[in-house]
Amino acid sequence: MPAAVSFQHVSRHFGQVKAVDDVSLDIARGEFFAMLGPSGSGKTTCLRLIAGFEQPTSGHIEIFGETAEGLPPYKRNVNTVFQDYALFPHMTVGENVAYGLMIKGVSRPEREAKALDALAMVKLRGFEQRRPSQLSGGQRQRVALARALVNQPKVLLLDEPLGALDLKLREQMQEELKALQKQLGITFVFVTHDQGEALSMANRVAIFNDGRIVQAGSPADVYERPRSRFVADFVGSSNVLPPDFAAAHGGTRAWTSLRPEKIRIVSPDEALPSGQFGIMGRVASVNYQGAMTRVAVDANGTRIAAALPAGLTAIQEGETVTLAWSADNLVAMDAA
Amino acid sequence: MRSERGATLPLKAAAIGGLLFLHIPLALIILYAFTTEEKSFQFPPPGLTLRWFQAAWFDRPDIWGPLWLSLQVAVLATLIALVLGTLAAAALWRARFFGKDSISLLFILPIALPGIITGIALRSAFDIMSIPFSTWTIVLGHATFCIVVVYNNALARFRRLSGSMIEASMDLGANGPQTFRHVILPQIGSALLAGGMLAFALSFDEVIVTTFTAGQQATLPIWMLNELIRPRQRPVTNVVALIVIAVTFLPILAAYYLTREGEHTGGSGK
Amino acid sequence: MSAATTDPRGGLSDFFYRHSGLLTLALLLPPLLWIGIVYLGSLFALLLQSFYSLDEFSGLVVHEFTLTTYGHLFTASNLTIILRTAVMAAVVTMASAILAFPIAYYAARYAKGGWKALFYLAVMMPLWSSYLVKVYAWKLILAKEGIITWMAEKLHIGWLLDALLAVPVIGGSSLSFSYIGTFIVFVYIWLPYMILPTQAALERVPKNFIEASADLGASPRQTFRTVILPLALPGVIAGSIFTFSLTLGDYIIPQIVGNSRPFIGTAVYALQGTAGDIPLAAAFTVVPVVIMGFYLTIARRMGAFDAL
Repeated sequence: MPAAVSFQHVSRHFGQVKAVDDVSLDIARGEFFAMLGPSGSGKTTCLRLIAGFEQPTSGHIEIFGETAEGLPPYKRNVNTVFQDYALFPHMTVGENVAYGLMIKGVSRPEREAKALDALAMVKLRGFEQRRPSQLSGGQRQRVALARALVNQPKVLLLDEPLGALDLKLREQMQEELKALQKQLGITFVFVTHDQGEALSMANRVAIFNDGRIVQAGSPADVYERPRSRFVADFVGSSNVLPPDFAAAHGGTRAWTSLRPEKIRIVSPDEALPSGQFGIMGRVASVNYQGAMTRVAVDANGTRIAAALPAGLTAIQEGETVTLAWSADNLVAMDAA
Repeated sequence: MRSERGATLPLKAAAIGGLLFLHIPLALIILYAFTTEEKSFQFPPPGLTLRWFQAAWFDRPDIWGPLWLSLQVAVLATLIALVLGTLAAAALWRARFFGKDSISLLFILPIALPGIITGIALRSAFDIMSIPFSTWTIVLGHATFCIVVVYNNALARFRRLSGSMIEASMDLGANGPQTFRHVILPQIGSALLAGGMLAFALSFDEVIVTTFTAGQQATLPIWMLNELIRPRQRPVTNVVALIVIAVTFLPILAAYYLTREGEHTGGSGK
Repeated sequence: MSAATTDPRGGLSDFFYRHSGLLTLALLLPPLLWIGIVYLGSLFALLLQSFYSLDEFSGLVVHEFTLTTYGHLFTASNLTIILRTAVMAAVVTMASAILAFPIAYYAARYAKGGWKALFYLAVMMPLWSSYLVKVYAWKLILAKEGIITWMAEKLHIGWLLDALLAVPVIGGSSLSFSYIGTFIVFVYIWLPYMILPTQAALERVPKNFIEASADLGASPRQTFRTVILPLALPGVIAGSIFTFSLTLGDYIIPQIVGNSRPFIGTAVYALQGTAGDIPLAAAFTVVPVVIMGFYLTIARRMGAFDAL
């Protein structure tokens, strides 16, 4: 069975700029796939290549086994939820949702019924006569979703769909999108720069940097086993330890990632438990963050951050502490 | 832009004074169409009468030919300008290429350079190519400077269309012509109508270029110009001036309301 | 891909999808050809004509390349005409800028809601209403028996008007037969062209710039001089392109209101009409084209094109 979306050595250059640079990638059917990266990393261009808004400079793209190059967006069974929603302001919500069906030539009663179903799915039943300008941001987002889903696409593309929503609404929509994807079984491809969103929603994450995929895998995999300093920094935050330091404290002679929440703090007079490694240092700053307290420790000129469950210890700035970790928390990385 | 302090008195006075300066002459034209004084521009008018309207309508058949020609020219020039101006705006709206600025300057040039240049240039070309004067020689000139009016109106509206709207339409299965019909046209339609009305008004009372492209034909403004230089019946000229104001006033007002309403419907839906 | 060839309507659409550059070209070609052939072609014909000459005996245009027409152009009397026109254009432009600024400033910064719409309409109406009618209106106003004389008498300042008209060069027998009259009408006719770009430039000055300036200790006067004026300048220059250029080429206003001394426009009009000397008329119009060429180059340097 061919993949839902397959990229083979795809590049997209804009003059001298390599927006997408030799990307190969397979997205399985029914997957909730996230493309994560900073702005300008090529993730949105990849999405646009799938939608057909961009053409690859070189390489080959298949959607459900069919060659996609040269195929215009209106001949692809793929629909997009746009970052700015791109609702048609001169049409009602109902007309917006029924637009794709109208273009396909579906009869008016049938497309109206389907549009109502789609609106019900996103909990906007009764809004069909309104204009997009009369809706809130969250409602517009749902209309955009219904407008795409009513066409029963094989792949649904979402371009930072939650970016414009406030935090509460965003969390709620994350839940709903996840549930919707499970219920419909459609392949979702989701572009975001928010690592928390990518980790919590996707089955699989591809991390982009400078037009290339630097790592792809399950959320747990990319978080726990970052293969490069970029991934370690971009997905969550991490202490990146130099090779010599890592070798001296339980790791191998390689650039090494150590997640702050894997570090324990023991008082200097306490002995290290067996199998644990550690280093002594002076507390440089303490930041209370609600569920967590972040402590930055200066250990012989190396700054190490630790995240402790809140209220566990009362640590003061300037205090001397020992940081402890076990060897398997140290993740050796390929590149610096 | 909300200001914490109101405008100072001198500023207010200067602004209002400037606006009065712009409008009093137009008001006077209306007044003079009713004056009983026949020989001079006496102010205040010694009396008011409607008889010049009657005179213009019944006694001066020489008005009708020019009026008809002006309407014909304005309609043809507007139609040409609508097509060409919209095409130009559609092409230059999102395209990025070397020389784009020069091309948009090229469309502005016919109104940025004095009309006499356009006029004498066309006259020279007709002369060199031995083209006889006709309605079409007038239309040729008018359409050239009307294109920019439609172009500016269309471009302003195109710029308010969010680019993703067209992608959304294609994404939902509509090809180029379908997208134009269902998404672009409904949103730029009123701007095109407004541009067309302004082009009509511009063409209807154009005289500077027309003098050079009309030959022996007279449009209404040329008729008026002749009356101004060699007056026959001043009050009738006043009446025709009033009619010209009326004919151009309505499309301008309509154009304003059309583009203003567009501000509410043409947004990106954000 | 095969669908592209079987679907007759989608065929062209698909083609342009794959070659979006060609779509731009296809859209651009008709208007570009029009402007290129009709307008630029005519300008070229104009240039060509200026290198022909008029046979003084037969009164016919000799279609042979010669510089004699340009030789005729640079005679003292013609240079006076060019100078007179350029000075008038410059003075009109300055006066328009001074008159337009308060209107534009008020409309951009203080007028709100309905008032703003009214302001806009109040500038648009005179801009778009009939040029000839507006000129004619001033003929009525400036006439010896017209409203200005009437008002001057009512206010008992008739002597002031007489004194003004007695000033050599700019005065005359009445306002409608003097340079003052010509100047007033020019300013009146082109003023809206100055207001609109100036206002547009002022609208684009963000409010927080003004607040930032005040926050940094500038007095309103200093803010105006150091922040608002420089930012509005491209708009004023954009407006000046119109006022300057249109004054340079106008031939109707000086015919109707003025002392009948020729300007470039009236000279061109007379040459091509009664004299039938199209070559000299063409050479004369090359002058404003060259002047505007310099003007536009400078304006472009000063960022006025973004404000158009």
